[in-house]
Amino acid sequence: MEKKIRGKAFVVGDHVDTDQIIPAEYLSYNPADPAERKYFGRYAMSGVPAPASGLPKGNVPFVAQGQWTSEFTVLVAGRNFGCGSSREHAPLALAEAGCKAVVAVGYARIFYRNSINGAYVLPFECEADPAKHVRTGDEVEIDTAAGTLTDLTTGESWTLAGLGSVAGIIDAGGLFDYARKAGMLK
Amino acid sequence: MGMTITEKILAKHAGRATVAPGENLWCDVDVLMTHDVCGPGTIGVFHEHFGADAKVFDPAKVVVVPDHYIFTADTKAHRNIEILREFAARQKLPYYYDPDFMTAGVAGIPKAYRDAATTAYRGVCHVALPQNGHTRPGELLLGTDSHTCTRGAFGEFATGIGNTEAGFVLGTGKLWLKVPASMKFEFTGTMPPWLMAKDLILHVIGAIGVDGATYAAMEFTGPAISSLNMDERCTICNMAIEAGGKSGIIAADAVTLAFVRSRTDKPFQTFTSDADATYAKAMTFDVSKLSPTVACPHSPDKAANAADLGGVKLHRSYIGSCTGGKTTDFIAAATVLAGRKVAIPTFIVPATVEVDRDLDRCKVGPQTLRAIFQAAGCTIGPASCAACLGGPVDTFGRANEPIHVISTTNRNFPGRMGHKDAHVYLASPLTAAASAVAGKIVDPRGYVKADRAIGLA
Repeated sequence: MEKKIRGKAFVVGDHVDTDQIIPAEYLSYNPADPAERKYFGRYAMSGVPAPASGLPKGNVPFVAQGQWTSEFTVLVAGRNFGCGSSREHAPLALAEAGCKAVVAVGYARIFYRNSINGAYVLPFECEADPAKHVRTGDEVEIDTAAGTLTDLTTGESWTLAGLGSVAGIIDAGGLFDYARKAGMLK
Repeated sequence: MGMTITEKILAKHAGRATVAPGENLWCDVDVLMTHDVCGPGTIGVFHEHFGADAKVFDPAKVVVVPDHYIFTADTKAHRNIEILREFAARQKLPYYYDPDFMTAGVAGIPKAYRDAATTAYRGVCHVALPQNGHTRPGELLLGTDSHTCTRGAFGEFATGIGNTEAGFVLGTGKLWLKVPASMKFEFTGTMPPWLMAKDLILHVIGAIGVDGATYAAMEFTGPAISSLNMDERCTICNMAIEAGGKSGIIAADAVTLAFVRSRTDKPFQTFTSDADATYAKAMTFDVSKLSPTVACPHSPDKAANAADLGGVKLHRSYIGSCTGGKTTDFIAAATVLAGRKVAIPTFIVPATVEVDRDLDRCKVGPQTLRAIFQAAGCTIGPASCAACLGGPVDTFGRANEPIHVISTTNRNFPGRMGHKDAHVYLASPLTAAASAVAGKIVDPRGYVKADRAIGLA
């Protein structure tokens, strides 16, 4: 795990579901094909309704028109991020776009598991709901060792919840490496 | 201390005598299900980690059900079917349900199966699995689809997983699972003829919210649940995920066993919760006091009484999907549509080919369901997931404009059925059918005969 993750923040609200993270019409791309996989980055977060995309102002696309990656490194969200469909294409799309971590009040369980087992993005939890304070475009920094999110633009800082029992899977680099370390796989 | 049915099933599959919520366990998987949307990615993960020549852990425990993007001209969707075909042939999978009417290299929207009785294709996985004998009490079933929780209706532990996890299961037959806390939802009273399972679950989600059961097992009990047929029980467990639940479960009873034994010869073990099991939360609902319920845009927890939404004009009614496209859903809709005309375009999408055949085999009064729907002016499509999740733009019934749709499906997040500004109202087949006749949202009470038993076992 990187010690510090620094970059621009992209802010959304509560209950952003996986259809918003990657709309169903793009699911015919095969994530196992490297040439097709990058399309998930291009369309990441494209299902978020414009007024709710890039809060507090809205109308900010996560990935600029025609680009393959996003200028935003950290996604800051409210409650129940990644609810809905089990599509692993959702955390994969965020990672393909260049996003490294999400800070949310909480997650839907399949998105959370997919993020960790597939080692796509680090899903940090923060009860204080920084999405209500951080503005899209603010420079933010996550100190993974100290467990903090700091808005470098405003100087505000929040404590992140510990990763708990999944820390071992994250440290190993995902489900397969974790199972190899545990001796379950060669 | 006692255990819940969910804890007992997980303990058995982890080789443990007891387990407690919060523990992470490596569990043995009885059935792994995948489909055309997540199958190609899962297969990619499997070969990446286990090698190009790797064999799946047990071909008889892998069920592949193409169902999502079938009737579309999307060439990548066609290619994905080819990936599944090739994998199933190479791995000698006995339970691959091929859309045999799709010919490799033929462009355009495939012509549907000519005969629902003879095609190898099945349709929507969540309805096809129990129909084809892949669902048994006490088992542990994982699938690359969030509505895999539907199978909890048969007294088994079933939950949705991602491609990486499914690729891991393909190679090992195991996966780590966190034991969920259990929540108990008890339904008392007698189901009125105008109320369906969909109303019950929309009411629960409205009461606890779309994250009200996050990571929990939702256990449904009580005399009103016992009175329901298997289709209705599936509707309830299907939408556990819409409250954030890891699983939904209903302990097997005589109704379950009669269905399961008619579909599979494989032995199984039933489990029930102990009287002193621990629940994170328990709620009781008297079904005789509930009204037909609708979830308003854009979230399944925006519950309202249908009767209070009389001002909402509709452009379309959609009756289909794993939630609301089963045989008894269509029997319910037909009781309303018999002898009436729809006022708005109304789409009928049977979940599976077996349900499609039931449109000709089942009758309400003297007429078959198909004849009733045709006479009412509905448009009937082939078995598939279709517009429930939007899908490619040429998908049957997809909302390509910002219209108001009443739908028997399970989700109404922005853009779920296609257009980001489409307004989707989730409702029971009775409410969707009555609203199709009225052209606006109505309470179905005025359209259902009081002596008609809807959705009962």
